[in-house]
Amino acid sequence: MSKVDKKGRFGIHGGQYIPETLMNAIHELEEAYEHYKNDPEFQAELSTLFNEYANRPSLLYYAKKMTEDLGGAKIYLKREDLNHTGAHKVNNVLGQALLAKKMGKTRLIAETGAGQHGVATATAAALMGMECVVFMGEEDTKRQALNVYRMKLLGASVVPVKTGTATLKDAVSEAMREWTTRVEDTHYCLGSVMGPHPFPTIVRDFQAVISKEIKEQMLEKEGRLPDVVMACVGGGSNAIGSFYHFIEDKEVQLIGCEAAGRGIDTFETAATVNTGKLGIFHGMKSYFCQDEYGQIAPVYSISAGLDYPGVGPEHAHLYDIGRASYVPVTDDEAVEAFEYLSRTEGIIPAIESSHAVAHALKIAPTMDKDKIIVITISGRGDKDCAAIARYRGENIYE
Amino acid sequence: MSKIREAFQNGKAFIPFITCGDPDTETTYQAVLAAARNGADLIELGIPFSDPTAEGPVIQGANIRALAGGITTDKVFELVKRIRTEVSIPLVFMTYANVVFSYGSDRFIKTCSEIGIDGLIIPDIPYEEKEEFEPYCEKYDVDLISMVAPTSEDRVTMIAKEAKGFIYIVSSLGVTGMRSSFSSDLDAVVAKIREVTDVPCAIGFGISNPEQAEKMAKVADGIIVGSAVVKILEAKGTEAPESIGAFVKEMKEACLK
Repeated sequence: MSKVDKKGRFGIHGGQYIPETLMNAIHELEEAYEHYKNDPEFQAELSTLFNEYANRPSLLYYAKKMTEDLGGAKIYLKREDLNHTGAHKVNNVLGQALLAKKMGKTRLIAETGAGQHGVATATAAALMGMECVVFMGEEDTKRQALNVYRMKLLGASVVPVKTGTATLKDAVSEAMREWTTRVEDTHYCLGSVMGPHPFPTIVRDFQAVISKEIKEQMLEKEGRLPDVVMACVGGGSNAIGSFYHFIEDKEVQLIGCEAAGRGIDTFETAATVNTGKLGIFHGMKSYFCQDEYGQIAPVYSISAGLDYPGVGPEHAHLYDIGRASYVPVTDDEAVEAFEYLSRTEGIIPAIESSHAVAHALKIAPTMDKDKIIVITISGRGDKDCAAIARYRGENIYE
Repeated sequence: MSKIREAFQNGKAFIPFITCGDPDTETTYQAVLAAARNGADLIELGIPFSDPTAEGPVIQGANIRALAGGITTDKVFELVKRIRTEVSIPLVFMTYANVVFSYGSDRFIKTCSEIGIDGLIIPDIPYEEKEEFEPYCEKYDVDLISMVAPTSEDRVTMIAKEAKGFIYIVSSLGVTGMRSSFSSDLDAVVAKIREVTDVPCAIGFGISNPEQAEKMAKVADGIIVGSAVVKILEAKGTEAPESIGAFVKEMKEACLK
């Protein structure tokens, strides 16, 4: 064995900064994934699940009204919101659950913020006959009570996490703690392109179906590649999935839209690339929102799914080398985009995805009409309606 | 020779853990003095971290109290300077990678060496990532302590071969905190370590009373007790140091049985 294993690095980012107790489990996962990713039978099974259970391929929809209204670049929407369970999360979860099952694991644990990843994991566990435990910040269990019910309906148990800020980062910490307690029969189904290697690579590969389809669909519809591909970034799984097959196509501009919360000049933000600095946390080296002594910052965004103080290591690397850019989008801008897409195209996007729509509203009018933008709509916005109504001063509760 | 060895010269070593700044630095100072005067052979000083992923609820609580009390890495360094005027036993820091990294790894470890910190325990730095800090630890002669877990299996030899100071054997799966049972393979783990190194071994995670201390001390060269000490701080706050002294005395006696 080499003295230092440099696998799992994206430039200087990534790595395996986890307790010794988990190292063999992580190596076991790594070996299993290396095997199954090249196994035609595994890929065929996954493909069947994608197409016949999750409703893939998802549509690449030409947003004609939006394009005409903005008067600039031609806009396409990649409709991950039409997937089963209503978001891109299902792509990763089906892949990991299938992998865990092949590894002989009988129990899935997961963290969740808004509840989308938790619901997706509970769904996959139900489908594959596995036990499922979801860790969710106590704050979030209150904000997203309906999703807690959904997970329970699907047979999962939900553990409210009371530690720290009682939000997504604490749910991740608690899921990691649980994994150290029970590694033998349990797979930790991480929900984003973060954590220790091999998670950022595994999740990226399962989400890369998004850019693979965009490329094929775009070539079919327009006979060329898009000029811009954009997506929202929390941990960054739908964004890396949307970017991946375009990374080598240097002419395609890649834009990640971060949650600026109340603004990047305030402390109430979750825009990691724009306001964070290099650090080591949750198993990886990457950019994190933190104070001068390295204490992780209590971040804020209207979107529970983007409310995370770090960003996946591959995004940190794409930023370092200038291949992708990361722009901040505030709560206000995201809410306006949420309303805009609903009334313009009849599509209610998740508040997370609305961050990407918001940036498109800024840049599309400045671009020529022969340019093409693809926005990934990572999920549907039904889950957000009550919260946005309240944001607008209406007294609506789920 | 590592100064940490001295801690294992007085029979089986007793190593208490105290979170710096819980609930304030004066209490930590008095608690460390009380522990040292009552037979602690080495003291593990925790530098609080906002998100201590290897800790159970008791030590998480200590981290929260200490950070709420305004502790910072610089204040911990000042505290250690003051402790060093009274205490000569080996001292090690236990903290998380980001606390060291964000301070500047070179600057942090250089300061450790200057103020008399003999070792570093960083639970989120496994063998594969130790290059992150080890070059600085070697440069400034601070031991980066290796951890071995019940799940380490084939990794034990590789880890032990390069271990410095002492080897921290994690008693059982899971996070820190009191428990009633421990991994049954600890003898085998120690035997495996002994094949390749004479670096002392201390067992930690979950040991909370004299009966467990006596039993675990027979397996290794020393024991580490964290949550049970922190529990006293949680219950008695600024009044805790005297009780900590009495607890340390009782536990050290159990180690020597």
